Amino acid sequence: MSDNASRTATAHVHGHSEENYLECAHGWKSWAFTLDHKRIGVMYLVAILASFLLGGVMALVLRAELFTPNKLFLSEDMYNQMFTLHGAVMTFLFLIPSIPAALGNFILPVMLGVKDVAFPRMNLASFYLWVFGAIFFLLAILLGGLDTGWTFYTPYSTTTNTAVITATLGVFILGFSSIFTGLNFMVTINTMRPAGMTWFRMPLFLWSLYATSIIQILATPVLGITGLLLVAERALGIGIFDPARGGDPVLFQHFFWFYSHPAVYIMILPAMGVVSELVSTFSRKTIFGYRFIAYSSIAIALLGFLVWGHHMFVSGQSALAATVFSALTFTVSIPSAIKVFNWLSTMYKGAISLETPMCYALSFIFLFGIGGLTGLYLGALATDVHLHDTYFVVAHFHYVMVGGTLIAFLGGLHYWWPKMFGRMYNETWARVACLIIFVGFNATFFPQFVLGSRGMPRRYARYDGEFIFFHQFSTTGAMILGCGLVLCAGVLVHSLLRGRKAPANPWGGSTLEWKCSSPPPHHNFDWPPVVTEPYQYDHIVYDPEHQGYVEVEDIPEEDEVTGVPVESHT
Amino acid sequence: MSTTTAPPPEAAPPEHSGGGNDDHGHGHDHGHDPFLAHHFGSAKQQFDAGKFGMWLFLVTEILFFSGLFCAYAVYRSTHPEAFANADQYLDPMLGAANTAVLIFSSLTMAWAVRAAQLGQQQLLVRLLTITLSCASIFLGVKAVEYSHKWDLGILWSSMFNPQLHAHHSPALLVMSIPAMLAVVATAILFGLGKSKQKPVQAKFWGCLLITSLSYFGGVGLGLTVPVIEGMITGETAVEVAEHAAATEHAAVEHAAAENAAVKHAADHTADGAATTAATAGSVEAAAAEQVAIDMTYTGIFFSIYFVMTGLHGIHILAGMGVIAWLLYRSLLGHFGPRYFGPVDFVGLYWHLVDLIWIYLFPLLYLIG
Repeated sequence: MSDNASRTATAHVHGHSEENYLECAHGWKSWAFTLDHKRIGVMYLVAILASFLLGGVMALVLRAELFTPNKLFLSEDMYNQMFTLHGAVMTFLFLIPSIPAALGNFILPVMLGVKDVAFPRMNLASFYLWVFGAIFFLLAILLGGLDTGWTFYTPYSTTTNTAVITATLGVFILGFSSIFTGLNFMVTINTMRPAGMTWFRMPLFLWSLYATSIIQILATPVLGITGLLLVAERALGIGIFDPARGGDPVLFQHFFWFYSHPAVYIMILPAMGVVSELVSTFSRKTIFGYRFIAYSSIAIALLGFLVWGHHMFVSGQSALAATVFSALTFTVSIPSAIKVFNWLSTMYKGAISLETPMCYALSFIFLFGIGGLTGLYLGALATDVHLHDTYFVVAHFHYVMVGGTLIAFLGGLHYWWPKMFGRMYNETWARVACLIIFVGFNATFFPQFVLGSRGMPRRYARYDGEFIFFHQFSTTGAMILGCGLVLCAGVLVHSLLRGRKAPANPWGGSTLEWKCSSPPPHHNFDWPPVVTEPYQYDHIVYDPEHQGYVEVEDIPEEDEVTGVPVESHT
Repeated sequence: MSTTTAPPPEAAPPEHSGGGNDDHGHGHDHGHDPFLAHHFGSAKQQFDAGKFGMWLFLVTEILFFSGLFCAYAVYRSTHPEAFANADQYLDPMLGAANTAVLIFSSLTMAWAVRAAQLGQQQLLVRLLTITLSCASIFLGVKAVEYSHKWDLGILWSSMFNPQLHAHHSPALLVMSIPAMLAVVATAILFGLGKSKQKPVQAKFWGCLLITSLSYFGGVGLGLTVPVIEGMITGETAVEVAEHAAATEHAAVEHAAAENAAVKHAADHTADGAATTAATAGSVEAAAAEQVAIDMTYTGIFFSIYFVMTGLHGIHILAGMGVIAWLLYRSLLGHFGPRYFGPVDFVGLYWHLVDLIWIYLFPLLYLIG
C-alpha cells in the first residue's frame, strides 16, 4: 500500500491489490460466464438500453402517426400493435429492470461493502432469463405481433389472433428474472452487511432497493400464475377468465393489477433512492430525515399492495370496493410526499452544485411532483370516471414513469458512470442534453393532460380535428425529447472513447462506492471496509491534484459501533 | 439469521457439531472449508444467506399458487353446488393414499436433514432414495387418476364431456412412457457403473433405478385401491363416477329435448337464464337449466383441478431433480456436521410442496 496511515493524510483508496473489474479478465467468455455483479450489471445496462432504444423508436413512430388526425403511414391494426409493444417493451424490458438490475447490480454490493451479492450464479441466471424473455418478445413481433395493450385484458386477449401466448411466456420468464434479482438483493442486505453497516447506516439507495425487492418477491409470482392461466386459457380453453365458458374476465383484471400496481413501485422506488443519493451529495449536506425516507420506502412498498382496485373503477367492481380502494390510494401520497419534503429540506441551505446528475435530480423532483399530484385526480372516484382511458391517464403515468424513473435512471447513470467505466464525460454537453430532455419531455406530455381532460381517448389511431393543435405540439415535443436522448447517448459514448480518466471520487460522494478506485477492483475492496455514518461531508475535500475529492482524516474519531479508529489501516 | 447485528467474524459450524457418529469415518476432511464461497465471510453467513434465500423463494411459491386458490375460492363461493357435484368424480381414497405417501416422504426428508447434520452418510443416501421413491409413487397414482379421467372425458372446461362408460384408451400407457424410459436408462447406466468399477456412479444410478421402478409401484397402488374399496363397499369407485355422469348427462339431454330455448342457454350457460326459464313458468326446464349451469362450473372446477394438480406435479418433478442432485453429492460425501445447508434448504422446499398438497387434497377431494 502506497498510502501512509498518518491521520492528517488522505484515506486509503481501495483498488491497489488487483486489476479493475474491466481488465482482470479478457475474452467474451469472461463476460458471458462471469459471476461478478459488476460485469452482470454492465451487461444488464447494455441490454436494457437496447430495449429502451427499441421502445423509444416505437414511441416516436406512434407520435409521428398522430401528427395528423387521419392516416399518415400506420394502419389502425399496425397502430394497435405499435402501442402495445411500446408499452410492453418499456415496462417489462426496460423500466422494471432499469435501476435495480443495471445500476443496482453494479452499485449495491459496493455500497454495502461486500464482494458480491449472496447468490452470484442466480444473478447471472437472472440476466439470461431476461435475455430469454426478450427473445420471446421479439418472437411475438415476428409471429404476428401483439395488439392487446400491455395489460393483456381478457376476453380480448383470449380471442385476438396475435401472438399472445409467446408474449405472455416472455412476461412469465421476465418475471422470474425480476424475482431472482429481488431475492438476491434482499438476502444480500439481510445477511451480508459487514461490520459497522447497521440498518440505519445503509445508504438510502439500498433502502429503496430493499423495498423494491419486497415487492418483486411478493407481487411478481402472481403475475406469473396469471400469465400461465392466460396461456392455458388460449391453449386449452380452461375457461377461468372466459365469459363464454362461465369464467370471469374481471378476475383477470384483479390478478393482473395485484402485480402491476405494485410493479409501478418497482419502477419508482429505486428512482427515489437514486434521487436521495444525488440530492445529498450535490448539496454537500447530510440527508434530512434519513429515517423518514427509509421508512417511507417500506411504507410505499406495503401500501402499494392495497390499491390495485383503483385501476378498475369502471370495470364493474362494487361501489364499496371502489370507495375503499380510492381511500387507500390517497394514503400512498403520504410517504411519497414525505420523500419530496425531505429532499427539499436537504437542499435548503446546502452548498448546491449543479452538476449533471443534480440537474436530473431537480428535474425528477419537479416532474414527479406533477406526476404524483395528477395521480390524485385519478385516484378520486368522481374525476376518474371522467378521465378514465383518456390522454390524462397517459400523461400522468408518463410523468411518473418517464419524468420519474427514466430521469432518475439517467441521473444515476451520470452519477455512477465514472465509477462504472472510469471516464468523465463532457459536463457542459451532458447538461445541455439534460435541459433538452426536460423541455422535450414537458412539451410532449403536458399537452396530453389538456387533451385528456377535453376527452381525447387513449389508444386511438385517429382523432377529431379539434385536438390537432395539442397533438402536433406533443409530437414536436417527442422529437425534441428524442434528440435530447440521442445527445445524451452521444456524450456518454464519447466519454468512453475520449473521456478524461475519472478520479475515485469525482463528486464528493460519501458512500462506500467512492472509496474504491474508478472502475472498482475485481473484488471491490482490498479489505473489508470500515463503515461509518453515511452522508457526512466534512472530511471529504476537493483535491486539485486528483481533480476529484479525497477523504482527509485529521480528526481521530472513533467509530461508535465497532470502537475501532476510522480507516486506521496501514 | 442475523438482522440488526453484524455476523460474527469467526466461522462457527452451524447448529450442533458432530456429536453424532461418522458412519464412514469420513469426518477427517478438507483442511479449510471447501464449500465456502469466496464472497462470504464465514460458513455461518453462507448458511444464513442460503436459508433466508430459500424461505423467500418459498414465499414466491406460495404466492404463485395463491392465484389458483383465489380462483378456486371465487368460483366455489359463486357456484357451491357445482363444486360439491364435481367431488363425486374424484376418488378420495386415491387422494388419501397420495397424501399418506407425501407425508411419509416429508418424514424421510426431515430425517435426511438430521442424518446430514450428524454425518450419517449411508443413512442419508437411503433416506433420500426413499424420499425420491415416494415422489415416484405419488406420480404413479396421479397417472392412474389422470388417465382414468381422460377415458371418462372428465377434463378441463373446453373438453369437459363426461361419458357414461369409460372408453379404454392407452392413456395410462402413454403417461408411463417417461418412467419406462427412465427405468431403461438408469438400468443401463447402473450396469455401466458396475462394469467400469465406478462405485459412486453405480450407486447413484442404482438409487435412481429404484426410484423409477417405484413409479410402477404407484401405478399398482392406484389400480388396486379402488378395487379394495369396491370389495369393502360393494361398488367400485369407477361405477360411482359413471353413475354420477349418467345422471347428469340424462338430465341435460332431457332438458335439451324439451325446450329449444333452454338448449340455447345450456350452450351459452348464462347464469341468468335459469331465472328467466323459471319465470317463464316451466319449473322443470329451470331445474334442467340449473343442471346445465352446474355442468359448466363443474368444468371450471376441473380446469382448476388440472391446473393445480398439474402445477403441483411439476413441482414434484423439480423437487425430484434437486433431491437427485443431493443424492449424488451425498454419495460423494459432501455433507456433514460442518456443511449440510443444501439438504436443509431442499428439505424446506419439499415440505412446502407437501404442504400445498395437504391443502389441495381436502379442497378438491373432500368437499362433496
